[in-house]
Parts: sequence; structure tokens; C-alpha cells
Amino acid sequence: MSTLIKNILRFILFIGIQVFILNQIPPLHQFVVPYLYFLFILWLPFNLPRFPLLVIAFAFGLSLDYFTGTMGLHAAPCVLIAYVKPFLLNLLIPQETTEQSYIEPSLSSMGWAPYSLYVALLTFIHHFYLVLLEWLQFGDFVYFLGKVTATTAISLLLIFVTEMLFSRNAKFRTNQ
Amino acid sequence: MKNIFLFIRQYFNLISFLLLQVLSILLLTSASKTHETFFAGATNEVTGKINSRYSNLRSYFSLQETNRLLALENAALRNALPANFQIPDSSFINAKDSSLTDSLGRVRKYTFLPAKVIGNTYTLQNNYLTLERGSLQGIKKGMSVVGPSGIVGVVVESTDNISKVMSLLHRNSKVSAMLKKDNAAGSIEWDGTDPHYLILKNVSKSSKIIKGDSVVTSNYSANFPSNLLIGTVASIIADPSSNFYTLKVRTATNFFTIQYVDVIGNSRYNEQLNIENSGKNQ
Repeated sequence: MSTLIKNILRFILFIGIQVFILNQIPPLHQFVVPYLYFLFILWLPFNLPRFPLLVIAFAFGLSLDYFTGTMGLHAAPCVLIAYVKPFLLNLLIPQETTEQSYIEPSLSSMGWAPYSLYVALLTFIHHFYLVLLEWLQFGDFVYFLGKVTATTAISLLLIFVTEMLFSRNAKFRTNQ
Repeated sequence: MKNIFLFIRQYFNLISFLLLQVLSILLLTSASKTHETFFAGATNEVTGKINSRYSNLRSYFSLQETNRLLALENAALRNALPANFQIPDSSFINAKDSSLTDSLGRVRKYTFLPAKVIGNTYTLQNNYLTLERGSLQGIKKGMSVVGPSGIVGVVVESTDNISKVMSLLHRNSKVSAMLKKDNAAGSIEWDGTDPHYLILKNVSKSSKIIKGDSVVTSNYSANFPSNLLIGTVASIIADPSSNFYTLKVRTATNFFTIQYVDVIGNSRYNEQLNIENSGKNQ
């Protein structure tokens, strides 16, 4: 399957899962909201130029916002992690080898430790900004701290499970 | 001029990032205040269609519970039927009044319009419901929404066939309420923490409250009819520095499983709002 079609399918699937499954779960606690949708942005290919990456992330966040009725609340953190993603990848992996030989970030293409750090950092940034936007509207500092830590932990757990369930074998780039 | 182009070229990514950020923040601030964003109307219909497909699928899983609730509501309605009518406070009826009257001369004040819930959130700070019934079917902004077991929210926006309801689980939601026992008035809000509980503020300390007391809508609300159940008192927080109680109220409506609601139109809603706001402009 081509990378384009694969990512279009992922776009629809991630929005669907977030809106119709994860958002429907009755909350166990006020802090615990399961977020998984932004994994789509983390899985976008290495060689995607910066500007399309930002636009895709914005469209992705906004389409989730249309379902939840909170215009821009998810779009803003999505754009932020899309902007930070290339910088972080530059820091974490040896450029010449990995980016030229693999298509997208995954456990096997980046290695266990760099990939975990990459996911954990971007997840934290996403939630920090998302909850910050909520917090600026309402203002409750305990809520802010608690929700950032709790949602980051839950998201990391979900991403970990997703990686275990759907292990993507790293594809080498070919010259087609 | 050349330098400007060079600058834009050099920082193109940063600039586009900042622009997109500003755009989303603008959307966020305007959406939460006016609900009339640039293209929200058009896309409401699109996501509304997807939502209604999905809720069709989901509704099979809770048919039994929905049936039970509807049967309960039917029984309650048969008992309370005359309560939808109101005896006018004047000795004669204006012949030009176009509102419906029955043979006894009572004027219909509230109209109940059934609607299906096709979208519902309860995990966010500002929660909305989506109903499959819009302005073509008689829904207007400001109408109140009740479920089989208690009140649900207020309509904030309606397109042709879909309308959006600000749930009680919304940080800006505010409903005038009273205790059923002694009519002590207060206002119902949500603190954004637990979707099972609402906060009833400004209840005078002179009223004797115990746990389990019913909280109903008050007579002062323009959109809600009085005496609709909101919930029951779950705990009482006495603030020693003021003369008011703050009560935690367990919602009567179960927001997790809500399927069908009634939208209530008050035929005198605009009239009441106009006269209540008329003094403010002077």
C-alpha cells in the first residue's frame, strides 16, 4: 500500500477511534481522558516537508474539533507538535542513516530508546498545551497539573498498547 | 522590499506555524462565545450525518434502558398533563393573541418537541449535545431541553436540520433552580470536575436542607418550565464566611446514556427576555 493511501486511512481511523470509542468512555476520574488521536502526527513520514506537515496537522486537529464542538482546541496542540517534530527527530536520530533508509518513525526504525523519548516528549507537549488552553479559559491550577500528568500517563499507556498490537515492521525506502 | 521577501522565505515555516496557531486560538475564542464561526453551520450538517449513523448503531445496545425510561416518562406525563397549561392572570383574553387556546380559555405556554440525540460529549470542560432536529422543525436558540428523567441543557445554535445544545455539563451553563421542599432559590452550575454532580450555589442558610432533597427548576427561568427535576442533594458545603450554602447535586439525567430528549419552546420567551432586559439599557 502506498504511503499516501495508508496515511489517509490512518487519518480517518484515528479520528473515528477518538470520537466514537475513546470519547464515549465514561470518565473514571475528572483527570482521566484517553487521547490517542495525535499518534497520527507522530507516525507521519520522515520526508514530509515542514509546511505540508503543519497544514495536515491543522486539518487533522480541526476535523476532531468539528466532532467535539470545540473549534481550535485540538487544532492548536496538533500544529505545535507538528512544528516541534522535525527538530526533535534531528536531535534524536543519526540523520544520514535513518531518514534515508526508513519511511516513518517506529520502534524498529529509530530504536527502542529514541522512539520512546520521541513519543513521550511529544505526548507531554501536546497535553501540556491542550490543558493549558482549557486552563486559560477556566483557571484551576491543581486541575492543570493533575490533568497534564494523568492524561500523559494514560496516552503513553494507550500508545504502548497500540505499538504492541499493531507492530509496524520498518520498511526500507526503495528507489521507486 | 527584497529583504522582506528574503525574511519570509527564511522563516517561512515559523511564520506559517504562528499563523496556524493564531487561527486556531481565534477559532477557539470566537467559537466558545458566539457559536457562529465562519463555517460551523455547513460542517455541522456533515458531522451531524456521520454522528446520526453512529448513534443509530449504538442505540440498539441501550434499547431496553431507553424503553424503560420512556415508559416511566409516559406514566409521569399522564399524571401531569394539565401542568403544561397555565391560567392567565388577567380576566379577559386579547382576541388578537395568536397563541393556541383550549376550550377552557387557557393559553398554551410551553410546547414539547421530541428530538433524537445524535452526538454527546461529557469528558470535556465544555460539553455539547447534538440533536437531529433543527430550525426547519421548529427549534430556536434559547429553547430548553429535558430528558426522560431530568433537564439536560439549553439550545445554543440551530441549523436547518441539526441543533446544538449546551449541556448542563458546561462551564458557562447556568440554570435558575430551587429546592422542591421550601422553594429556596439558587443557581445550578458545573465546576467541570465530575459529570455526575452539579453545584447549586446561593441557597440561603435559613432553609433546612438534608441530603436527598429534590432540586427542581425555579419559576424565574425564561426557558425552563418550573418544577422540572434537576437532581437530588448529595452533599452540603457550608461556607462559614457567607450566608449561603453551596450544595453538590447529583444529576437526575444520566448524561452517559441519553438517547431521546424533548425540546421545550416557551411562546413568551422573547416577551419575557425583552421586558427583563428593558431596564438595563436606560
